[in-house]
Amino acid sequence: MTSTTAGREPAAEARRDLAAETLDSPWLRFAARRAGRLVVSLWVLVTASFLMIHLIPGDPVRGALGPTAPASLVADRRASLGLDDPIALQYLHYLRGVLTGDLGTSLATRQPVADIIGQRLPPTAQMAVLAFVVALSLAVPIGVLMGVVTRGGRARGGELAFSSASVVLGAVPEFLLGVALVYVFGIQVGWLPVAGRDGAASYVLPVLSLALGPAAALARILRVEMLTVLRADHVRTARAKRLPAARIYLRHAMPNALTSTITLGGLLLSALIAGTVLVENVFAWPGLGSTIVASILGKDYPVVQGIVLVYGAGVLLVNLAVDVVLALLDPRSTIKDS
Amino acid sequence: MTTSPLHADPAPGPTAVGAAPPRRSTGARRWLAVLRTPVGAGAGALLALVLLLAVLAPLLFSGRAEAVDTDHVLEGASAAHWVGTDNLGRDLFFRVLVATRLTVGLALLATLIAVVVGIVLGTAPLLLGRRAGRLVVAAVDIAVAFPGLLLALFFAVVFGVGMTGSVLAIGFAGAPAFARLTQTLAAGVAERDFVAAARVAGVGRVRLLLRHVLPNIGEPLVVNATIGAGGALLAFAGLSFLGLGVQAPAFDWGRLLQDGLSGIYVHPAAALAPGVAIVVAGLAFNLFGEAVAKGIGLTTTAGVVRSPRRAAAARAVQAAQADQGQPGTDRGRRDGRPVLDVRDLTVTFPGAAGPVRPVRGVTFAVGAGEAVGVVGESGSGKSLTALAIARLVEHPGHVSAGRLDLLGTDLRTGSERSHRRLLGTSFAMVFQDPMTSFNPTQRIGRQLAEVAEQHSGLSRARALGRAVDRLRSVRIPAAERRARQYPHEFSGGMRQRAMIGMGLMGEPALIVADEPTTALDVTVQRQVLDLLQSIRTADDVALLLISHDVAVVRQVCDRVLVMYAGRVVEDLPAAELTTAARHPYTRALVASVPDMSVDLDRPLPVIPGRPVDPAHQPPGCAYAPRCPLASRRCAEEDPDLVDDGNGRRVACWHASEVRAGDPTPGAVPVAAPGAIGGRA
Repeated sequence: MTSTTAGREPAAEARRDLAAETLDSPWLRFAARRAGRLVVSLWVLVTASFLMIHLIPGDPVRGALGPTAPASLVADRRASLGLDDPIALQYLHYLRGVLTGDLGTSLATRQPVADIIGQRLPPTAQMAVLAFVVALSLAVPIGVLMGVVTRGGRARGGELAFSSASVVLGAVPEFLLGVALVYVFGIQVGWLPVAGRDGAASYVLPVLSLALGPAAALARILRVEMLTVLRADHVRTARAKRLPAARIYLRHAMPNALTSTITLGGLLLSALIAGTVLVENVFAWPGLGSTIVASILGKDYPVVQGIVLVYGAGVLLVNLAVDVVLALLDPRSTIKDS
Repeated sequence: MTTSPLHADPAPGPTAVGAAPPRRSTGARRWLAVLRTPVGAGAGALLALVLLLAVLAPLLFSGRAEAVDTDHVLEGASAAHWVGTDNLGRDLFFRVLVATRLTVGLALLATLIAVVVGIVLGTAPLLLGRRAGRLVVAAVDIAVAFPGLLLALFFAVVFGVGMTGSVLAIGFAGAPAFARLTQTLAAGVAERDFVAAARVAGVGRVRLLLRHVLPNIGEPLVVNATIGAGGALLAFAGLSFLGLGVQAPAFDWGRLLQDGLSGIYVHPAAALAPGVAIVVAGLAFNLFGEAVAKGIGLTTTAGVVRSPRRAAAARAVQAAQADQGQPGTDRGRRDGRPVLDVRDLTVTFPGAAGPVRPVRGVTFAVGAGEAVGVVGESGSGKSLTALAIARLVEHPGHVSAGRLDLLGTDLRTGSERSHRRLLGTSFAMVFQDPMTSFNPTQRIGRQLAEVAEQHSGLSRARALGRAVDRLRSVRIPAAERRARQYPHEFSGGMRQRAMIGMGLMGEPALIVADEPTTALDVTVQRQVLDLLQSIRTADDVALLLISHDVAVVRQVCDRVLVMYAGRVVEDLPAAELTTAARHPYTRALVASVPDMSVDLDRPLPVIPGRPVDPAHQPPGCAYAPRCPLASRRCAEEDPDLVDDGNGRRVACWHASEVRAGDPTPGAVPVAAPGAIGGRA
């Protein structure tokens, strides 16, 4: 501090260190690796969606228009879909279309697929995001609490009740849970609407049927992880520091339990996205899920392709979010699998 | 959604180089044993019922399920029709029963496809060359990231709507999960010796796979396929429910559910009955698979259940190996009273055959600035003693004591909360394994600062400042930068110094260090011991150093407590350890420490016999079975710890017979390299 030269040199050195560290940071490498994986996965997704229409045995246009359609109409439609071009050219056109937001037109309604998705995506996204929030806000407190309550073999009765309930709830598929909820709350009690999307109340049953299964499974995993973490050395260190119990559980045990839970639970959350297809059909929800089923049954392939892309991209985004959250919670995960 | 990923337990069966792959001759027996557990029996019975119905129901009830009765169309549940009738007046109860065959059959078929395709994809890396194999692995990696239902929808489009298309769709959708599982399992087997030996012997890839790899991963695959069949059943019900699966006039449960749902307001039973059937059958496959997995020692993501009681017992043993503390100084109390005063400390754990006492009536005191060592073999109760002093023994362990005073405060009474400040600031612990004792998800600086925030009421910034200062004082270079790093960025020795620094965040009067150097390299051990020593002399901090290493204790400590089987058997000045020890165990312990003069051509001395199991304490002196001086009295009466008036204490009927210079009793040369006494 008194000598300027002595003070400045280490500072410069520290700056150089910092620069080198930033360039070589595990975070950067993590981001690069993760971005690379996302791009490859997206490419596979787009390619699969392109190939879908070519893997269908027979002529998809003939199939869509039916055996009685005049041959000229079929030929016309084939030409407008570009199905007569060489396949490599079709692929390039498809890639360009996806990148520019042109997903083709519906065979049934002649409406651009992008428009259909624009209309149908918001209801599905709202339902899925709400279900995410509900699943996590049920699973995390319940799982952590059950872990704390049953640690070291305490509260055997509570453990048994919780385990049985969560196993059964976690094993019931969302569409059956939906049917059960419709029966109980829509018909027996009559509190809530059971079909359509009209006002806040109409969200309750679809969101619950989507969220309860993953919530039960996540809570169950989280409890087991909490038990493991509560036995860890570093939690004993936290106890030796005489921290208040709440701080030990919430600040020291929970983040570590969450990292392993999220690793396992990420799959549950991306399955939740696909679950919207079933739940929308139970509750007549005007979203992507009911549209894709109608389009599959009506052989409206461009619409199916477009919606498959959207669902797939949603799953990839969730997986990415899971990895980022994991990296934030546990810095060691950024250097794993390199 | 068609399968839940399972991981094989890494415990390998017996292997022998060049030998045939180990077969699981006891496999059937273990599956049978699963049926004797409550969950296994219940799930097994349910599964048997479902399979029985699948076989018999169409034979018995087809007529009634198909009988059209236009006079009784769309009726609710009644005595004649338990679940009601459909739009053609057909009895829905029998239709649900008859649909069992199609539903279960399609699910099993789809599972078979998933398993076969999965095995082909999963073993491809073994059969193909490295490059092609890697491509398959990458493809499977991407595919498993997508939910099964989404894959099923994709394949349903490709294969077409209908029964055949759906079976293929669900089969292919389940394949990536099985491929991943097969890869994991096969990679585990491929590394084992007998496979390597077969490869060296020139066995071809296909033969290697069929003869050596597949038989050894068969069991986990079958278990997973059972669970997967449950998933496939649910997925199929989903597709049929959506109208993409089974088409009329054929019917499965999903189809019946879809038909029933439209009329759920009028006749709820028509929707609920197939729904219940789907859940019950799905659970039967699922639970049975999980029960078998648990029974034969596989872990599934859903079945990670550990026995809490066993964990508690393991914890008790661990506890005996790990605690650490920091000396605290309370300048107002330097009046000759001990910093720590312990009388008759006992720790009890519940055991299968009554309570177990790994610590039995330990009495000692630590004066201000004094360094006291505790030595003994693993399991002698020395670490548990430290944990008990620190009030860190966990449920179901129980601590009792005639006195337990820290700086004059009785720790036996009062809540955790009332002692929090005293223990948090005047008392510090250093644990054995610095690699696991820091929270991996928090920066080192934060973990230190937290102590001052909680107990000294410092702000976040000032607490962090103090943390950096303490890191500097434990000789962590570039402390400011290091404080922002995570534990995994520290070396072991640095972590242990940081741990000591954490103890210095308060003003410790006592540091309890439990094997602080055991997990460290020899070169780093010295640094940590020097650091403890300098803190002690600089701040007049008392040190309780727990170690199995007699040499370390002799160098660092003023006084030594020797523990055996949960008791202090001798208490003497460290300087007299080699010259004036009176307990035969102490002398054996000292004699088993090699020094520079030891002739390495001769076997190192060890203490013969094994330490006492705390669950089976003998009535007399616990050391008697290993003691060369033991007499009948030793086997019958436990000697008290007797004070000789000069602060030396010993618990031995024959203490007066042992004199300095006598040949060492107890330690006899045994040709057992590596079994150095004290580390038994």
